[in-house]
Amino acid sequence: MPREKIPRQKMPEQAPEERRRNFQEVPYGFTPELAQLEASRCIFCKKPKCIEGCPVEIDIPAFVKLIRDGDFLGAARKLKEANALPAICGRVCPQEEQCEVRCVIGIKDEPVAIGRLERFAADFERLNNLVEAPEIPPWTGKRAAVVGCGPAGLTVAGELAKLGHKVTIFEALHQPGGVLMYGIPEFRLPKAIVEAEVDYVKKLGVEIVYNAVVGRYQTVDELLAEGYDSVFLGTGAGLPYFMNIPGENLNGVYSANEYLTRSNLMRAYRFPEFDTPIAVSKKVAVLGGGNVAMDAARTALRLGADEVHIVYRRSRNEMPARIEEIHHAEEEGIQFQLLTNPTEILGDDQGWVKGMKCIRMELGEPDGSGRRRPVPIPGSEFLMEVDTVVVSIGNGANPLVPQTTPGLETNKWGNIIADKNTAATSKPGVYAGGDIVIGAATVILAMGAGKVAARAMHRYMMGIPEPAPEPEAPPAA
Amino acid sequence: MNEIITRKVLAEGVKEFAVAAPRLARARRAGQFVIVRVNETGERIPLTIADADPEAGTITLIFQEVGKSTLLLGTLQEGDRILDVVGPLGRPTHIENFGTVACLGGGIGVAPVHPIAKAMKEAGNHVIGIIGARTRDLLIMEDRMKAATSELHISTDDGSYGTHGFVTTVLEALVNEGRKIDLVVAIGPVPMMSASTKTAAKYNLPCVVSLNSIMVDGTGMCGACRVTVGGKTRFVCVDGPEFDGYQVDFVELVKRQRAYLKQEDVARRQFLEHHPGERCWETKVS
Ligand SMILES: Cc1cc2nc3c(=O)[nH]c(=O)nc-3n(C[C@H](O)[C@H](O)[C@H](O)COP(=O)(O)OP(=O)(O)OC[C@H]3O[C@@H](n4cnc5c(N)ncnc54)[C@H](O)[C@@H]3O)c2cc1C
Ligand SMILES: Cc1cc2nc3c(=O)[nH]c(=O)nc-3n(C[C@H](O)[C@H](O)[C@H](O)COP(=O)(O)OP(=O)(O)OC[C@H]3O[C@@H](n4cnc5c(N)ncnc54)[C@H](O)[C@@H]3O)c2cc1C
Ligand code: SF4
Ligand code: SF4
Ligand code: FES
Repeated sequence: MPREKIPRQKMPEQAPEERRRNFQEVPYGFTPELAQLEASRCIFCKKPKCIEGCPVEIDIPAFVKLIRDGDFLGAARKLKEANALPAICGRVCPQEEQCEVRCVIGIKDEPVAIGRLERFAADFERLNNLVEAPEIPPWTGKRAAVVGCGPAGLTVAGELAKLGHKVTIFEALHQPGGVLMYGIPEFRLPKAIVEAEVDYVKKLGVEIVYNAVVGRYQTVDELLAEGYDSVFLGTGAGLPYFMNIPGENLNGVYSANEYLTRSNLMRAYRFPEFDTPIAVSKKVAVLGGGNVAMDAARTALRLGADEVHIVYRRSRNEMPARIEEIHHAEEEGIQFQLLTNPTEILGDDQGWVKGMKCIRMELGEPDGSGRRRPVPIPGSEFLMEVDTVVVSIGNGANPLVPQTTPGLETNKWGNIIADKNTAATSKPGVYAGGDIVIGAATVILAMGAGKVAARAMHRYMMGIPEPAPEPEAPPAA
Repeated sequence: MNEIITRKVLAEGVKEFAVAAPRLARARRAGQFVIVRVNETGERIPLTIADADPEAGTITLIFQEVGKSTLLLGTLQEGDRILDVVGPLGRPTHIENFGTVACLGGGIGVAPVHPIAKAMKEAGNHVIGIIGARTRDLLIMEDRMKAATSELHISTDDGSYGTHGFVTTVLEALVNEGRKIDLVVAIGPVPMMSASTKTAAKYNLPCVVSLNSIMVDGTGMCGACRVTVGGKTRFVCVDGPEFDGYQVDFVELVKRQRAYLKQEDVARRQFLEHHPGERCWETKVS
């Protein structure tokens, strides 16, 4: 078949009416045939635009060509040269605004499904037990401590281990993965995949200490004094924002973090087999329009709610969630209350949510973010009958580490200040990256920061001078 | 790590573990707590560090069996390990020489008030301990509280031991005797902390309470533990657990503690069906 005639291949997936009540992953992934067909849509550009859109600069045409030629393992190895967590990124990267948006095929047709192919190759390697740890050079004599076991921390740890350093990760929770484990639900990112990727990092010789809240259990200064030559802070953006409207402390009101942590990390969806409970709801309102809101809404449905509403104060065009996720949510029957803003949550005399007062909004002049600012329409108040509200309007920086680390500078939002090219903080030997630096962002950006940090930490520990800063790189999308 | 070195039964349904946790034993300060998870399917529950022995490398946990998780914890024996112990969490108690400090502990609340009394006394305060229970058999830690305080008073609801009445009855009597008190620290069930705050307010005494909200992570990530203090939402796990009692919305706290009553009841009943012996409380040994 001539290349132009091949349409972008869809991944087979669970039917909406079935999946809305189970926690299994929604798409099944490409079969080898579909993957090869999709890979053959790529024209293997000499100057591939797609790579510019990838924050970790995967050699996209190279791995796609290997898939086309049926060398799936080779494709996986190629991916791993640039990205330690391809099975995860292939699933959760916002490809439509990173690599795929730049693909030349996308000018006239739909772009090559780079993310789906990445996922396919990584899954092939993992499911066939072909994952191999690379050869580790002899110990350099240096030790690094990594605080936080999210994608940023895991990347730093993996990269440093490959350079021959001894690395210990300190994680506050009892499991690794950060948001990958406690935030993103099973039906979008199966936990077995996160576990496999973490195992890979462990195979590189990285040690993980759980239940270690740095700042309480030990401070950054103590880590430095106890023989770590440098420290990386990858503590994420784990401080939930609330709306600050009346009624927010009623029973049945959750932050998305709590709702998702109960369900994902603590497996509340399997209560009472697992001991952590979660609200049993009939009508749920999820406040917000991002990926986190979609995850919370789709989780509520799977926990058995009859009706789930996304309540968002702007219009669909401004929704920050990935189109694919909005689409999935809609297919599953999530209802969208757009241009709607909650003003008060109402409770019964036992302190339980029974409803929510809202007001309709319209779009006015653009605000600082360039998006049109929603303004309330006078007299348009109305009541929504709900028994559960999940507040999903964003996360800020957890202050625990900065508060207990003298000499570590933060900005006015509490994010740690780190150099873009080296991830160095104001404190010598201490580096930072991921959501704690740039605010709630993406997995791949956290990993990109991790790579930058690992290179700089290596130089710092080995006494190699920093190279002159390179001319400004093209901004990541 | 996390091995149970000694296990004691202090009263019906109240157990004490010394748990091997060397770094915690060194790092913890009065007022801080840990979160524990008993097994792979377990939930994360907060427990105060009632004492610590940095030399032996152990921390002391004292807990009342009220639901599935604490009952399950109570089945562990010496030599067993608690799967996860994380801490020390929360802000340490503000310790300084205030003059005279009254430390009130109600029921299981004696356990968390104990390290505070001890630290207050070490800081040079005259510490008046007032501990109470429903009845004599439920009173815990009398000897240790005697050692940790400058003087110890006892009350029981039924009058079977000490003053007949509540810890607040004793506090009020002392104030009426003309005793000067510079600070009240009250820890126990919410009604007890609320009543202690009211009594303190009557005599204009500052009153610190330690709140026991429901928690998940204990690091400020989820907001499950939020309470209203002085009209503002605060997270007990990172902003507390201690707050100025005058500012706390106790009514809201009680409601929030009851959020999972139905599910907790299911879990507890299922547990007891599978562990029929658990309700025949082991006899008190100390
Ligand atoms: C529900 C949800 C859905 C998302 N969906 C997507 C998506 O589809 N695609 C995408 O690209 N991005 C998504 N994101 C964003 C993405 O997950 C984050 O940007 C990314 O995980 C940030 O990585 P990180 O390593 O900086 O931090 P995190 O993943 O937050 O990890 C930080 C880790 O540090 C630990 N920690 C914190 N403080 C301490 C301390 N004091 N001591 C020790 N450990 C500590 C935490 O427990 C945590 O494990 C989503 C986020 C959420 C919440
Ligand atoms: C900072 C802090 C320190 C604590 N220290 C101690 C301690 O030293 N010793 C001790 O015995 N307990 C302590 N608690 C309370 C302890 O965490 C709860 O008793 C425990 O979580 C109950 O779990 P469960 O599954 O056994 O009971 P559940 O089935 O969860 O609950 C049974 C009953 O206990 C109530 N309850 C549930 N969670 C809590 C809670 N967090 N606090 C109070 N009541 C609750 C429920 O409303 C219900 O009526 C502390 C709590 C906090 C927040
Ligand atoms: S890592 Fe993300 S941005 Fe890079 S190629 Fe893969 S899907 Fe695209
Ligand atoms: S831009 Fe598109 S067609 Fe070109 S190499 Fe990248 S994926 Fe292939
Ligand atoms: S327990 Fe999660 S924020 Fe306090």
